[in-house]
Amino acid sequence: MRDEQLIEAIERYLNGEMTAEERNAFEQLRRENAEIDSRVVEHQQFTALLRQYGERVALEKRLNAIHQEIDVHAIADEVTAHPSWIVQLWRHHHSKISVAASIAIIAVLATLFFSGYLNNNNSYTELGRKVDILNNSNKKIIKSINDIKSAQRPLPSDKYRGTGFAITSNGLIATSYHVISGADSVYVQDVAGRSYKVKVIYNDPQSDVSILKVVDSSFKNLGQVPYTFKRSESDLAENVFTFGFPQDSPVYGDGRLTSANGLNGDTLDYEISVPINPGNSGGPLLDSKGNVIGIVKAKETRLEGVHFALKSGYLLNAIKNIPEDSLTKIPVLNTENTLANLTRQQQVKKIKPYVFMVKVY
Amino acid sequence: MNTESKSSIPTDSEIVFGILNNSENAIRRLYVAYFPMVMQLILNNNGTPDDAKDIYQEAIIVLYNKVKKGDFELNSKLKTFIYSVCRRLWLKRLSQMNRYGGDIHDFHEHLPVESEVEEQGERDIQFTKMQSALQLLGEPCKTIIEDFYIHNRSMQEICESFGYTNADNAKTQKYKCLQRLKKLFFQQK
Repeated sequence: MRDEQLIEAIERYLNGEMTAEERNAFEQLRRENAEIDSRVVEHQQFTALLRQYGERVALEKRLNAIHQEIDVHAIADEVTAHPSWIVQLWRHHHSKISVAASIAIIAVLATLFFSGYLNNNNSYTELGRKVDILNNSNKKIIKSINDIKSAQRPLPSDKYRGTGFAITSNGLIATSYHVISGADSVYVQDVAGRSYKVKVIYNDPQSDVSILKVVDSSFKNLGQVPYTFKRSESDLAENVFTFGFPQDSPVYGDGRLTSANGLNGDTLDYEISVPINPGNSGGPLLDSKGNVIGIVKAKETRLEGVHFALKSGYLLNAIKNIPEDSLTKIPVLNTENTLANLTRQQQVKKIKPYVFMVKVY
Repeated sequence: MNTESKSSIPTDSEIVFGILNNSENAIRRLYVAYFPMVMQLILNNNGTPDDAKDIYQEAIIVLYNKVKKGDFELNSKLKTFIYSVCRRLWLKRLSQMNRYGGDIHDFHEHLPVESEVEEQGERDIQFTKMQSALQLLGEPCKTIIEDFYIHNRSMQEICESFGYTNADNAKTQKYKCLQRLKKLFFQQK
C-alpha cells in the first residue's frame, strides 16, 4: 500500500467513512501492524492539533472583535487610582513648577545679594582679616629678629632633616650638630629605606659636629667603609662632590673648593661652590680621589652659590674626643681608599650605602 | 451597554452553558463583565492596557478550554478563577521581563491555578509552532490544509475552488501539502 493511500485510508477510517467490512479489515491490519497503528495515532493527533489551532485562531478573532467594542480608556481611567488634584497638578505641570520655583529662588537670592543683606557678615570677615594681617606682620617681625639672632649660626635644617655618613662599619655616623641639636629622638634611614634608631654619643657645638651610634638590633655591619678621611687641608680649586638627602631620594652635587676659609674668615670651614639645600647638612664632602675632606654644613643665604663645609680635620678631632665610656671599642678609621681609581659614577654607587638620611623628632 | 441584560453581570452558569452552546453573546457578556477587574490588576502592577488585553484574552481562552473539556466545576466563582489565572499569567510575564519586584498589588482573593496556566503555556507553544509551520508552507497548500482540516470543507468543494480537473489531483496535492506541513512542524524545536 502506498503512503498516500494509507493516509487516505486512515482519514476515512477516522472520519467513519468506511463500510463495516472495510473497517473490520483495517482494524485487523492495525492490530497486526504496529507501524500502521502508530501512523493512525500520529495522524489523529496531528489533525486534532490542527483543528484546535483553527479553533483558537477563530476564538482569538472573536475576542478581538469584542475588545474593539470596549472603551478601554474609560475603563483604564476608572480603575487607576485617582490621586488628589494637587498630585495631578504636579504630575502634569511639574517641569513648569520647577522652573518657576528656581526663578523665584534665584530672584530672592539676587535681591538679598544686591540689597546688601548678605554682606552684613563682611564686617566680621574684614575684622578677621585684619587680625590675620596683624598676626602675619607680627610673625614676620619675630622671624626677622630670629634671623638677625641666628645670622652667626649655621642655618638649622628647616625640616628637621639632614644627612649623615658612616665613619666606621659598625654604625658610627657623623653629622652636623645643628641637625640633631634639641632632638627628642634621632633616626637614620639608609638609601634602601630602612630606619634605625641612633644615640647621640658626642656633640661638638663649636665646630658643629655630632657623632651618632646606631643602637637598633636590626642593624647589620656595613662592611668596610670605602672612603678615607683626609687630615691635611685640601687645595683651592680642588674638584669636590657631595651626596645627601635634601629630599627623600639621595642627591649628588659637585663643584669646586673655592676658599680655604669660611664665613668672615672662619678657619673651621672651607667655602665651596656645590649646589646644596638644607637637607644636605651633615653630608660628606669628598674630593675626586674619594677622600672625605669635610662635612657639608650650611648655606650662606645672602650670597647665591656660596656654601660651607667643616674641614675634615675637625671631624677627626671630634672622633678622637668621643668619651670612651660611650664606646664599646675605640673606633678604627679606614685607611685604605677603594675609590681612588674609579669613575665618579662608580664612586657614588659605592658610597651610597654609607650615607644616611638623619630624621629628627 | 444599551440593554439591561448586557450591562448586568451574567451568572456563572449562564456563561458556562453559553460557552458549551457556542453562544456568541455569552462570551461577549463574560468579556465585558470582568475586563475592568483585570485592567485594574494589570495597570496597578506596572502593566499597560495592551498587557491587560493580552492577559485577559489568554485567561478567557483558559476558561473556554476548561469549560469545553468539561472539567470546569462551578465550585469556585468564575470571577475568582479569571482573576487567579490573570494574576498567575501576569506574574509569569513580569518575571520574564525581569520587572517583578517580588510584590503584587492584589484586589481580589485568588486560587492556585498553576496547572491550568502551565497546560495553557504548553499548548500555546504547540500552536505557535503550527502557526509558523503553516506560514512556511505557503500557498496554495496553506489554504487547502486549512479548508480541509480546520473548516471541514469537502474535497469536492476544494477541488472546485482551486480549479483542479479531478478530485484525485486535489487529493494528491492535499497529501503532499500535509506531508510538508508535518515535516515543517516537527523540524521546529
